[in-house]
Amino acid sequence: MSPPLSAPGRRLRLATVWLAGCSGCHMSFLDLDEFLFDLAERADVVFSPVGTDAKIYPENVDIALVEGAVANVDNLELALQVRERTALVISFGDCAVTANVPGLRNLLDGGHDSAKAVLERGYLELADATGQLPFAPGIVPELLPRVLPLHAVIPVDLYLPGCPPSAERIREAITPLLAGERPAMEGAAMLRFG
Amino acid sequence: MSVVTLTVNGHDVAVPAGASLLEATRVAQAGVPTLCHLDGLTPVAACRLCLVEVEGSGKLLAACSTAAAEGMVVHTHTPQLQEFRRMAVELIFAEGNHVCAVCVANTHCELQDMAVSVGMDHSRFPYQYPHRSVDASHPQFTLDHNRCILCTRCVRVCDEIEGAHVWDIGSRGGHCHIVAGLDEPWGQVQACTSCGKCVEVCPTGALFRNSDTTAEKQPDASLPALLRSAREQHRWNNQ
Repeated sequence: MSPPLSAPGRRLRLATVWLAGCSGCHMSFLDLDEFLFDLAERADVVFSPVGTDAKIYPENVDIALVEGAVANVDNLELALQVRERTALVISFGDCAVTANVPGLRNLLDGGHDSAKAVLERGYLELADATGQLPFAPGIVPELLPRVLPLHAVIPVDLYLPGCPPSAERIREAITPLLAGERPAMEGAAMLRFG
Repeated sequence: MSVVTLTVNGHDVAVPAGASLLEATRVAQAGVPTLCHLDGLTPVAACRLCLVEVEGSGKLLAACSTAAAEGMVVHTHTPQLQEFRRMAVELIFAEGNHVCAVCVANTHCELQDMAVSVGMDHSRFPYQYPHRSVDASHPQFTLDHNRCILCTRCVRVCDEIEGAHVWDIGSRGGHCHIVAGLDEPWGQVQACTSCGKCVEVCPTGALFRNSDTTAEKQPDASLPALLRSAREQHRWNNQ
């Protein structure tokens, strides 16, 4: 695992990222309540759907919590940027760790090309007479053939399972990282899926 | 009663002749994990989680189906065994369609608990997403093959305790699956007494009561041991 860039006195640069997930992990992150004040004293949130308005993933991020599976080309592009620009990447929640519920579309068509199968099911088979497949290149991101967990597309430094991980579990994982230490991810309080 | 003595993780242990290695490891409080094993049912060594190292044997042995023998020197938690156990659990997750968040057994699942105890924070093996079906033909219960880990507890409890023998394993290799009757819809199998023992002993959410939704299944896997001791020793746990 790459250690966080913890030069003394320097504020950590923290990001949270939302790929193919329900945002429940981010809601759990907001459930950290007053710990968010402690976090704000130690770190700058430089990219986050719930913490900043930044649209471009910045350079030199220390820690990124990445929620969600990798389901479309935008998810994939952002995941690759996160890896390139971040010292420590955390697979944040069951969707990032296992593909979880978004990955259920892999059950269609044996998972080899579930994109086509899920689009046809949703936009043609269940539609009224005017059904059509969405087609807007450059606007609507294309689905990947298979929904993947984050570690299938980039190396991951830490896994934080849970659907969602509780605020306590997030706090217990983040607190050692702020001090440049690796959290002990063991036992039901830290590891349980679901 | 003759006794055999052996060593488990450096501790001397004495067990009755005929006892399994698993029982010996329990005497030593070694905490050997099991998933297919259930007290009161015959062992099948299907899940491979209870593999232990016996010095001089040349291979790892399933503690549940190996008899304890005089002078054995047993190791239960070598780094290799712990790594194999985690791999076995990861493979079980990758082989089926286990989505804890939306499962009836969430928070009461032995597979979910096992992932915690072997330290599985993710699977290093890609999930297979096999195409499996759901048998909802029984008026009270449902069989969801997606969540089945082929432990065969249902097969054994129905045969050995209820005496109905509704369940069996069909096909071979990766196509193995639980079949009811002569591979019929469960609801059409006349041998089924609807006793629900299979549901109680199922370690995952593969067998559940129709009234249970997400995280509502609360099984009681102690049933076979109670019924067996009641029958064979006339001992009930309320006496």
